[in-house]
Amino acid sequence: MSRLNDSNVALAREIIARYPKQKSALIPLVHLSQQQNGYVTEEAMRHIAELINVTPAEVYGTASFYEMFRFEPTGKYLINMCGTLSCALLGAKQLLHHAEHTLGIKAGSTTPDGLITLQHAECQAACTEAPTLQVNYRHRFRVTPADFDQLVDDLRAGKLDNEIPPHGTLGRNRQQIPADRAVGAQHPDDVTSGPAWIEIVPAGGE
Amino acid sequence: MSDEPDNDLTNEDDLVAADTAVETIPEPDPNAVAITLNGREIVARKGETIIAAADREGEYIPRFCYHPRMSSVGMCRQCMVEVDTGRGPMLQPSCMITVLPEMKVETNTPMAKRAQEGILELLLINHPLDCPVCDKGGECPLQDQTLSHGPGESRFVEEKRHYEKPIALSEHVLLDRERCILCDRCTRFADEVAGDKLIQFIERGNATQVSTFPDEPFSSYFSGNTVQICPVGALTAKPYRFKARPWDLEQVESTCTSCSVGCRISVHSSRDELLRFQGVDTGADSDSVNWGWMCDRGRFNFESIEAGHRLGVPLVRSEAGLVDTSWNSALELARQLIDGASSIGLLGGARGTNEGAFAWAQLADAVGIAHRDAQLGDGLSAELLGVPRATINQAAAANTVILVGPDLKEELPVLYLRLRDAAVHGHTKIIEFSSQSTGITRYAWRSIRHAPGLGPVEIAKTLADPTIAAQIASGDVVLVAGRSNMAVSEATALAAVQAVLSAVPNATVLPALRRGNVVGALQLGLAPVDVDHDALATLRLAAAGHLDLLVLLGADPINDCPDADLARRAIAGARHVISIDTLPSESTQQADLVFPAAAFAEQRGTTTNLEGRVSRLNQKVTVHGTARPDWMIASELASVLGHDLGFTSIDDVTAAIAATVPAYASATPTAIDSADGVLAVNTGGGLPSVEATEAQPSGYDYRLVVSRKLYDRAVSTTMSPSLAKLPIGAGAHLHPADHDRVGEPDGAEVRLVSASGSVVLPLVSDDTVQRGTIWAPFNQAGADITDIVDSSTAVTDVRIERLT
Ligand code: SF4
Ligand code: SF4
Ligand code: FES
Ligand code: FES
Repeated sequence: MSRLNDSNVALAREIIARYPKQKSALIPLVHLSQQQNGYVTEEAMRHIAELINVTPAEVYGTASFYEMFRFEPTGKYLINMCGTLSCALLGAKQLLHHAEHTLGIKAGSTTPDGLITLQHAECQAACTEAPTLQVNYRHRFRVTPADFDQLVDDLRAGKLDNEIPPHGTLGRNRQQIPADRAVGAQHPDDVTSGPAWIEIVPAGGE
Repeated sequence: MSDEPDNDLTNEDDLVAADTAVETIPEPDPNAVAITLNGREIVARKGETIIAAADREGEYIPRFCYHPRMSSVGMCRQCMVEVDTGRGPMLQPSCMITVLPEMKVETNTPMAKRAQEGILELLLINHPLDCPVCDKGGECPLQDQTLSHGPGESRFVEEKRHYEKPIALSEHVLLDRERCILCDRCTRFADEVAGDKLIQFIERGNATQVSTFPDEPFSSYFSGNTVQICPVGALTAKPYRFKARPWDLEQVESTCTSCSVGCRISVHSSRDELLRFQGVDTGADSDSVNWGWMCDRGRFNFESIEAGHRLGVPLVRSEAGLVDTSWNSALELARQLIDGASSIGLLGGARGTNEGAFAWAQLADAVGIAHRDAQLGDGLSAELLGVPRATINQAAAANTVILVGPDLKEELPVLYLRLRDAAVHGHTKIIEFSSQSTGITRYAWRSIRHAPGLGPVEIAKTLADPTIAAQIASGDVVLVAGRSNMAVSEATALAAVQAVLSAVPNATVLPALRRGNVVGALQLGLAPVDVDHDALATLRLAAAGHLDLLVLLGADPINDCPDADLARRAIAGARHVISIDTLPSESTQQADLVFPAAAFAEQRGTTTNLEGRVSRLNQKVTVHGTARPDWMIASELASVLGHDLGFTSIDDVTAAIAATVPAYASATPTAIDSADGVLAVNTGGGLPSVEATEAQPSGYDYRLVVSRKLYDRAVSTTMSPSLAKLPIGAGAHLHPADHDRVGEPDGAEVRLVSASGSVVLPLVSDDTVQRGTIWAPFNQAGADITDIVDSSTAVTDVRIERLT
């Protein structure tokens, strides 16, 4: 089942209700679907389109703009290995080779057990700690080949379950905003008065 | 847009005011903005962009993404110019910057030129430069502007990117991705103009490309427009791809007659073969009809004119069926049939030219044909044309548009575009009465669902609702009136129109009648004198065996009349049938005598659109075989019958129309050739009073809605290979909840039973359909829904029987 499941549909409706325009919930909902399925499926995109009343093409167009959305089956752990300058100078290439060797796959693919996807990435904003990698967007610094092997062993053994949620889950705390505490932003079409320094010209001129 | 010239009706009060105002100092125009363009003082309009002002002043700024009919997005940066607003000159994209007083704009300085050349060099980095094998080569804005504004040389020596070529975005539109310069015109068109957001940019940066959702093609009725506005050869239309080079094409302007919107188009041919049609836009403010857009049906159905099945010689019925004959013997036979007939019916004339309709009406007068009708019981009374008429521009500028008629997206597609635009980007509010969701429903201010057979009482009640009444009272009202449901009688439909007109007496009417020249034919003498002589009356007479001769002028009643059974019995019952047509149809197959007629683009003439606008039809290719224009057939037939219609050329007929039909008095050939054509509208008269029979509850469960889709079994669609696959096919569409109640799976066949017959159709679950109704598309391949429609009853009620 790669449409959103019932509990996620309930969550989706709550997210949609936060925005004055339904369409604004597009990206949060794509994240939600990726959290559920590990990647963004066609069925989920269709489902999201139904929920926010846009076409599937609009969901696809928006979602595919972002690197963090994946459109192919992805392992439970996505390992991004930085290859940009600082990391490159400190052996990122060798580290990547080593990782490919350890996992028995090429960068860009997933281990046959579906556990780990390895890919090359650009600078992860931790250049002082090069070479770096991220597991499901959680940093690992000054990684040695031995560190890498240890990481893989720990992931396989489930030792890091508390620290690293499955792929697609960005944060484990979900924001809950009770209706009475929502800011209640106005629909942009209903905005008639602007800040004093911006003259609002209604559509159609004058 | 209150400054549109079309709405600026000068009345006498204004003239008086203007006279007395001579002495006072004229108010400065609040919309004028004085700017300096290339050292010249010019007056621009408030709120417009620099590029639009420059266009009007004849200063060309290169551009790719800018399109005057769509919003500016600043995608390509090709339109860079130097703009000085007092802080010194700065490079700015001229399609994104609105004019400000005292702005100084330079489009040709070394700085501006460097920017323009730089952008072109950048665009060409990814561009394959495969002009020699590209359909756009020769008429390509990228090619042209590279020559006029480009650097002349490229520093790029690396391998170009490659993509699989081409990929199909839809049934008609192909995309060669490596040629795309990401101008966003096609995607913007789909979103802003058509409202079919089925193509999008996907991915990012260097990988950005136009795409549909997987397995969900760009199946918009307007997809062909994207090919026309793509500034490079990235989008091509299948029917034209690799068919010709632009420099081999010849073109003339003409008017599309596939429906009565009458879009202004240009017709392109090479070596005497029609190759493509394009929309023509006469300019930002003045264009009255289609703003350069077309629907795909009008754009691609020229294929049927070139189809191998055209009628090219007269045919006569013999023991061996229809066999070829000569024009002389065919005319002689027609003479005998007409002379020997004491009762004749003439149906059709709405698919051709004004001249054809007029000449046939003259012939009908000369030989005394009492039964005539340009519609086939599927339209509305010609008296509708006597009600004060609105133009499309007036409808699109009106405060309120009331729709009591067909789904415009399906029947009058470009009118749908214009009204959609008025609702989305203008201030028009649409009030729609409909028994199911239509294309315009999502843009309507109020969409009122009613059971088929909408009664006047219901309409009056709805329009009296305080909010609706206040909206109607707030300004001009245009009523778009037509036939929304062919399972409901014409009288009932007319009563609904009348109810709106009595609630809103000063509403003007835009008649939503569908066939290309239906308005022209009705205005020029092919309207029935009364309901006892209209198409249905004629067919009933024939079916009863009381009609000696039935003449079908480009009409196919078997497929086009909402009572197919009656049409079939009529054609069998008429003693003789003469058909004048371009392509063989079910009705021509049964005729005793068939005259081959000249088709669109094979003849010159004029046509009248739903506004009453008379515009030019031009000939581009040689007539097929020995086919002749309708007017010529009428004129020759008249002379063998001993009458002289007095025409020897098409221009004689046009002149005779202007001389004898008051509404067409100003429709002289020169005036017709002007950009806007001539409005020919009969005023006076009004709707006949009809008694609406309130639909009574019956023992049946569902009430039937029969209406047209854009693509149906019309010969011009089925004989055009690009369109032939698009009709959805016959079916009984039910609301999902009703569908569940029937308890048969989607696609399962069921029997629909009405008081007048039964038909077996597949079930389709469809959430645009209202509960308690069945919608069946008209004239689709498969069992014929009109078999169970009885044209003499107010509404058609049906029940569903399971076959299992
Ligand atoms: S396909 Fe053509 S119209 Fe569409 S973005 Fe590319 S260049 Fe522009
Ligand atoms: S809307 Fe009508 S007139 Fe315009 S292109 Fe389509 S068929 Fe032709
Ligand atoms: S270069 Fe690797 S984190 Fe910046
Ligand atoms: S035309 Fe102005 S940015 Fe494209």
